[in-house]
Amino acid sequence: MVPGDRKYTQEHEWILVDGANGTVGVTEFAAHELGDIVFVELPAIGSSFKQGDAVGTIESVKAVADLYLPVSGEIVAVNDDVTASPELLNGDPFGRGWLVKVKLSVPAELDALLDAGAYGELLGG
Amino acid sequence: MDDLAGLKTTPLTDWHRAHGAKMVPYAGYEMPVQYEGVLAEHAAVRERVGLFDITHMGEIFVDGPGAEAWLDSLVTNRVSGGAVGKVVYTAMCKADGGVLDDMLIYRLGAERWLVVCNAANHDKIAAWMSGHVPAAGVKMDDRSDAVALIAVQGPDSRELVGRLAKLANLRDDIAALDFYTAFTCPGVTGEWIVSRTGYTGEHGYELYLPNADAAAVWTELMTRGADFGVTPIGLAARDTLRFEVCYCLYGHELGEDITPLEAGIGWAVKLKKDDFTGRGALVAQQAAGVPRKLMCLEVTGRGIARQDARVLHQGRDVGYVTSGTFSPTLKKPLALALVEAGVPDGEVLIDIRGKGVEARTTAFPFLSARAKGDPRAVRTLP
Repeated sequence: MVPGDRKYTQEHEWILVDGANGTVGVTEFAAHELGDIVFVELPAIGSSFKQGDAVGTIESVKAVADLYLPVSGEIVAVNDDVTASPELLNGDPFGRGWLVKVKLSVPAELDALLDAGAYGELLGG
Repeated sequence: MDDLAGLKTTPLTDWHRAHGAKMVPYAGYEMPVQYEGVLAEHAAVRERVGLFDITHMGEIFVDGPGAEAWLDSLVTNRVSGGAVGKVVYTAMCKADGGVLDDMLIYRLGAERWLVVCNAANHDKIAAWMSGHVPAAGVKMDDRSDAVALIAVQGPDSRELVGRLAKLANLRDDIAALDFYTAFTCPGVTGEWIVSRTGYTGEHGYELYLPNADAAAVWTELMTRGADFGVTPIGLAARDTLRFEVCYCLYGHELGEDITPLEAGIGWAVKLKKDDFTGRGALVAQQAAGVPRKLMCLEVTGRGIARQDARVLHQGRDVGYVTSGTFSPTLKKPLALALVEAGVPDGEVLIDIRGKGVEARTTAFPFLSARAKGDPRAVRTLP
C-alpha cells in the first residue's frame, strides 16, 4: 500500500506536508524489510538539518537503518510513542508510526521527491 | 534483493518459499531467515514448539576399528569410551589452539560415528579430516548432501515428535532419551537418527533423515502439531534463541583466532586425555593464564550493540562485541563480548557507531537453558 497523499524518497521515507510543516516516517516496505523493529532513536527538537542528513536510527532484531530527512528544516516534534513502543512502526508505518515533524526551510525540495505512483514503480508495483 | 542464484537448496526449500519465508544466502545455501517475524518465532519456541530446517549442517560419518582413537586425537573433548547413543559437544582445533569449528560427535555403533559440523565450515572440516585420516582402520563418508536435518524445539517438542507415525512404536524411547543422547531407527527410505539435542536452550530434538523423507516428515509435524501452534522458525530466531542462553556461534564467539578456553567452553576441553591437535597450545595457555574471556553485558544506555563494536573500560579498548541484539525474551539489548581477562565486573562503555554507550556486566547466561530436565521449568528472569 502506498498512500497517495504524500511524497516519497528512494530510501523509503515518506513526508506528508501540511502548510509549513511536514510529517516524516518510513514506508511499509521499509518497515517490513527491516523486520520486527525494537529500537528507534530520533533527533532533538529544535535541531536543524539539511536534506538527506541522517537524523535517526531504526533497528530491528537483525539490522540497523538510518533515517534520512527528506527535506531541509528544523525538527519541531518527534514521536515519543514510537521510541517507547517501536513495534508501532511495523504495525502502522503511515499513521501512528510517524517519526518526526519538520518545519521546511526549502519547500522547493519537495518537487524532486517521488509521488505515490513513482514510488510504487520503484517497489516494482 | 539477495541474489539466490546458484545456491544449494534443501528438500524443504519449496515449502519455505510457498509459506512466505524470506530466503537469504547462508553458507552456500538458500535458507529461510524468517517467516512471520523473528519475535513471534522466538516466542513460539520458548512457549510452544518450532520447526527448523537446518539441512545445511554438515554430516560426516566415520567408521572402522581406528575411528574412536582417531576422533579423540582430532578434538578437544573426550569422545572415546562413551556408550552407543552418546552425543558429545566439542571443538576441533588447529595446533595453535584456535578453533576450526565446534561440532557434535555421535557414537552410532561400536565403530560407527557421526560428526556434525557447521555449514560454513563444512568444506574446511571435510578437508582437515581427510588430510589427517590414517591410512588404514578409518573410513570417512561425507553425506552432507544426502542427509536432511529438522530440529523440533520447545516445551511441546517431546509430544510432537512422538506423534510421528513412523515413530509410534518408539514413543517410550523418545520420552526416555536423555539430553545429548540419540538413537537410530529405520525410516521410510533409509535410517533416521533421533537426537535429544538443539541450539535453543529448550527441550528439543534433531531428526537426521534421508533427503527423500524430509518433506513428508516436516509436513506431518506441521499437521500433527497444529493444536500446539507449531511454528516454522527461520535463522534469525535461531540466532536470538541461542544468544539468550549464551551458546557459542562460530564466526562470533568462536573462530580460528579464539581458543575454546577463551570462549568459555573449557568444559569441552579435556587437557588430561591423550594428545590431540592443539593440546600443547591449550595446556600452555592454561598455565600462562587465559588472556581473554567472554563477558555478558546489558546495554543500559540507548542503543543496540552489534558484532565488532569495541568495548572500553576506563577509557581503554579492552575487546569487542561478538554477538549483540535485542533480547526478545528479556526485552532489552544484550551483548556477548570477548575482552581482556582482567576486566572486572561492572561498568563498561560500548562504542556504538561512534557513541560511547553505557553497559554493565550481567550474569552468565542471560537466560537459563531448560534443555535438560522439566521442559516447562519456571525460569527466574534476572
